Amino acid sequence: MTPALVEIKDLQVYFPIMRGMVIDRVVGHVKAVDGVTLSVPRGRTYGLVGESGCGKTTLGRALLRLVEPTGGTITFDGTDLTSLDVAGMRNMRRRMQMIFQDPLSSLDPRQNVESILTEGLSAHRIGADRAARRDIVCETLDAVGLPRWALSRYPHEFSGGQRQRIGIARALVLSPDLIVADEPVSALDVSIQAQVLNLLARLQADRELTYLVIAHDLAVVRHISDVVGVMYLGALVEQASSLDLYRRPLHPYTKALMSAVPVPDPVVEERRERILLSGDLPSPANPPSGCRFRTRCPWARERCASDRPELRTIEGASGDHTVACHFAEEIEAA
Amino acid sequence: MLLEVEDLAVTFRDDREVRAVDGVSFAVDAREVVGLVGESGCGKSVTSLALIGLLANQNTRRVRVEGRASFDGLDLLRADARTLRDIRGREIAMIFQDPLSSLNPVVPIGVQVAEVLIRHRGASKPEAMRRAAELLERVGIPDPTRRLKEYAHQLSGGMQQRALIAMAVACRPRLLIADEPTTALDVTIQAQILELLKELVREDGTAMIMITHDLGVVAGLCDSVNVLYAGRVVESAGRHSLFGRPVHPYTVGLLRSIPRLDEDRGARLTPIRGSVRDVLPWAQGCAFAPRCDRAIEECLAGPPPLAGVAHTYRCVNPEALP
Repeated sequence: MTPALVEIKDLQVYFPIMRGMVIDRVVGHVKAVDGVTLSVPRGRTYGLVGESGCGKTTLGRALLRLVEPTGGTITFDGTDLTSLDVAGMRNMRRRMQMIFQDPLSSLDPRQNVESILTEGLSAHRIGADRAARRDIVCETLDAVGLPRWALSRYPHEFSGGQRQRIGIARALVLSPDLIVADEPVSALDVSIQAQVLNLLARLQADRELTYLVIAHDLAVVRHISDVVGVMYLGALVEQASSLDLYRRPLHPYTKALMSAVPVPDPVVEERRERILLSGDLPSPANPPSGCRFRTRCPWARERCASDRPELRTIEGASGDHTVACHFAEEIEAA
Repeated sequence: MLLEVEDLAVTFRDDREVRAVDGVSFAVDAREVVGLVGESGCGKSVTSLALIGLLANQNTRRVRVEGRASFDGLDLLRADARTLRDIRGREIAMIFQDPLSSLNPVVPIGVQVAEVLIRHRGASKPEAMRRAAELLERVGIPDPTRRLKEYAHQLSGGMQQRALIAMAVACRPRLLIADEPTTALDVTIQAQILELLKELVREDGTAMIMITHDLGVVAGLCDSVNVLYAGRVVESAGRHSLFGRPVHPYTVGLLRSIPRLDEDRGARLTPIRGSVRDVLPWAQGCAFAPRCDRAIEECLAGPPPLAGVAHTYRCVNPEALP
């Protein structure tokens, strides 16, 4: 196993719920991320998958301290990020960059591409002079497959796929070690999705990048990730290598998620067994006691309401395959 | 045939003319589920809106709709507004992508469902409300009598879509048009809604047009599939034939560029190069030619003619023969 670039231990991010007319008081917390432990191996891709409201985006933002964690530690290449001051964190962010879902709203419409790509370089004082910076920018443009004439253009002049390439170039230009990609392809048409997914794979191979990819699309996550973590209501319910997770999903939620993903093949669709979940995601402000999935779980029992299951290995599964379910063995045998 | 669309064309005129739909033909049999698939800008939504007369400025100088759309003998494109109003909601119902913007935010859900029955079935208000509760129950909304009094924002996305479906099936329409009904929803909720739609159309014997960008949804749901590109149907076939032996390079390209859950990591995707924007507006010939690896000189000569029987396609140099 390669050493981890990122180690997250028992991370919590709580958002206060405020009430009151004149004086606000805190009446509760939305536990967006509630005790997540994971590590991202260097040069690999960790895929975080889950439905809306599961806390995956908050986790990605907390990793860069774009939201402040309430508790837990984040270690990046040996440094505890939670102990850094503002200036220290700013320096560190050169090495950890982010790609966002909607390239149009994450690019300033009044900045041309050159200005967008140079801004980070100037902020981190990279490149001796303008000419040197321009060289770095041009080299990055080549890497993401955009033409040189793009430099003087503005974001609205590009198609969705090209805009996402600009977003990737902006992250890449600082030569980061880690890229957090939050739904990097979900706003794109399928024929364009494939272009961007291939680009991300090629850049990783060329530059030894480490990715944390956050997405709701299990097929996309499985396609690009080495390790996949499945999140539900603020916590990981299962973690495994991409292959193990598909071959042998252990958590009832993972099984349901897999069975819900449509496959573009009528033969597969006809023989598939669907596990339909009843109801909606409970509110993270008032999560169920014990196992958070129990309100929608077809196998829920009494113990699920009292004990919160921790991630654990189970017999017969590979060592890095962990699941947070009391009855994973029984469910698998059934 | 319940619905027969022939050579439907929609042209928007602003500073310049944009032909968003360019000669689309397809048919829907009673009880059949027909898919219209394509990426953004292919004209799939415009097609459905034009059919039921819901395009903004339809039949004015700025929007020109041509062709024929015969619904049980009546040409929808030439029907007057009053006839269309009677048909919409009763004979043909529609479900849109974003449920929150389709629901009235200041009217309780129950009243919105009951309205359909009052308008089309002449039901009295108490009778309509009672039926509305039954409908909400039928689409799987728990505690329907309480939900009747609630407003759209009090329901989750999945529940909002269920409420819209309740409205759509209230009069047991003969045709249901679903425009990306699950795109805004999470995948486990999507599975619930697709299952519900499948059940409803089977029980009521309703025909359905499923408009989507997701080939996976089509594979599991539709009897026959029409693949749209740049306003034209480029390939049309039964679903087993289409997925089993795709013919048009665009269809093949789409299938190769989708990551599949049942495929191992590392399998490289083969994307389609360029984007739709590179080719719009095209002058003549096949609109896909500029992005196509199989393009030959003939492709630019004129629009490719319709070829094939049962499994039809518009391509002069297809990947395979059906």
